[in-house]
Amino acid sequence: MPTETAPLLSVMPSVSSETQPSVLSVSVTDHRYHPLQQTLAPCALELKKGEVVSIIGPSGCGKSTFLRIAAGLIEASAGTVTSIADRTAILFQEHRLLSWKSLLNNISFGLQGQKLSKLERMTKARTVATAMGFAEEDLIKYPSELSGGMRQRGALARAMAIEPDLLFLDEPFSALDIGRRRDLYRLVLHEVDQKQCSVLMVTHDVTEALALSDRVLIMAPDPGHFSKEYEVPLMRSERTRRNLMDLEASLLADDRIAHLFNMRNWERLV
Amino acid sequence: MAGVCLIFALWQIGFETFGPLVLPAPLDALERLAHIVAVPSGLDYILITARRAFAGFLLASTVGIFFGLIAGWSNTLSLLCKPFITVALGVPPIAWIVLALLWFGGGDGTPVFTVFISTIPLIFAGALQGVRMREKELDEMAQSFHVPLLQRFWQVQAPQIVSYLFPAWATALGLSWKVVVMAELLSSTRGIGAGLAEARVNIDTAATMAWIVVIVGLLLVIEGILLNPVKDYVEGWKHAD
Repeated sequence: MPTETAPLLSVMPSVSSETQPSVLSVSVTDHRYHPLQQTLAPCALELKKGEVVSIIGPSGCGKSTFLRIAAGLIEASAGTVTSIADRTAILFQEHRLLSWKSLLNNISFGLQGQKLSKLERMTKARTVATAMGFAEEDLIKYPSELSGGMRQRGALARAMAIEPDLLFLDEPFSALDIGRRRDLYRLVLHEVDQKQCSVLMVTHDVTEALALSDRVLIMAPDPGHFSKEYEVPLMRSERTRRNLMDLEASLLADDRIAHLFNMRNWERLV
Repeated sequence: MAGVCLIFALWQIGFETFGPLVLPAPLDALERLAHIVAVPSGLDYILITARRAFAGFLLASTVGIFFGLIAGWSNTLSLLCKPFITVALGVPPIAWIVLALLWFGGGDGTPVFTVFISTIPLIFAGALQGVRMREKELDEMAQSFHVPLLQRFWQVQAPQIVSYLFPAWATALGLSWKVVVMAELLSSTRGIGAGLAEARVNIDTAATMAWIVVIVGLLLVIEGILLNPVKDYVEGWKHAD
């Protein structure tokens, strides 16, 4: 285990106050893909401005479905979604870059949903790409010529180019190594601090959820419902690997949650 | 180029083994070819055939792609179209020629129709498959950015459709070239097919081979100047490394 005690992520914590109106409020009362099989039981969520909320749960528990409903990609069988966000972006588990477009054209692709001239789109895409740490020669490359980490960073740049005030993350970091992952965490959190962007994230990585979020919702399957809500007690700037381990331990100390993740006696590796 | 030389070498061996009645000397055939191209009527035959092949092929492309796209977007229609494609692919071109002769007589109509009817199922199926096999995830991505429908079609869906359509389209182009000659052989008094029919009547193997050289040569030219550049353009990103 790393013994590093420096802050895991050197960013300022967000200021979330209870009085602010919700940027997003989701209330699903029922959702099913198949008439006889309920995917989601009633579950509700309020997301404040500048807040980062994670949904964690075992694979197949319905968390991605909930995110897709919240993002407006699909409609719940019964329920409502209200959002006051002007611009919404989604980062998917796969990068979903268009393989026939260069990186720069991929980054500017999402801007077509706004009323901008081609020149404005290109300028904006270039600015964002530079801010995301892409070199000039990367911009003309096709996705097939980029590494996995760069592709996902390109997808993040495409999402950030539209300057979202609401960002959905559907396990976008799960295929990356720890270093690339940390780069992307920084980039996302920077956006959260700068623009007070709200984030709803789905992940199956408990540590990731604890590192990034203000609040963690735990979803249990059959049918999907929130079984627990956990406010992360530390400010983001105070979180370190060491105290995150303690947080994780306290979270998994709850027998129901340990059971959910098959993590009874979790101190043992196997 | 080496392949072409090898074919001519084998041809020469064939000629030396079986004699000129079975296979004429390559040089004789080439001489005949020069003769065909030199006279206006010979050149005319080639142009007439090319015009018919392209007319049928372009017609099939337009209609096939248009309906293929429509059918691809509708589950019901694509299921409904399956038996039609099977039937259309199953009917041999020669049978269509017989029908076309009855319908259109000996003019341009028969070869153009035969080319049209024998290539359209390929193109239609290519477009249909392209629409159906596209990645829905990318549509979802474009939708999440509220990209307008027209841009979504051209930038997200069309490139995927083309990568399915293109091989079918290339096959159809080759097929149209063969079918047009066959249709002309049986129905026309002008065109490459008619030239072949003449050569057959005169048992003139040199002329027959000359016409074959014309057909194959033109197909190679079309591939080189039309198909390959288009292919490089639409599939450039695939070989980007």
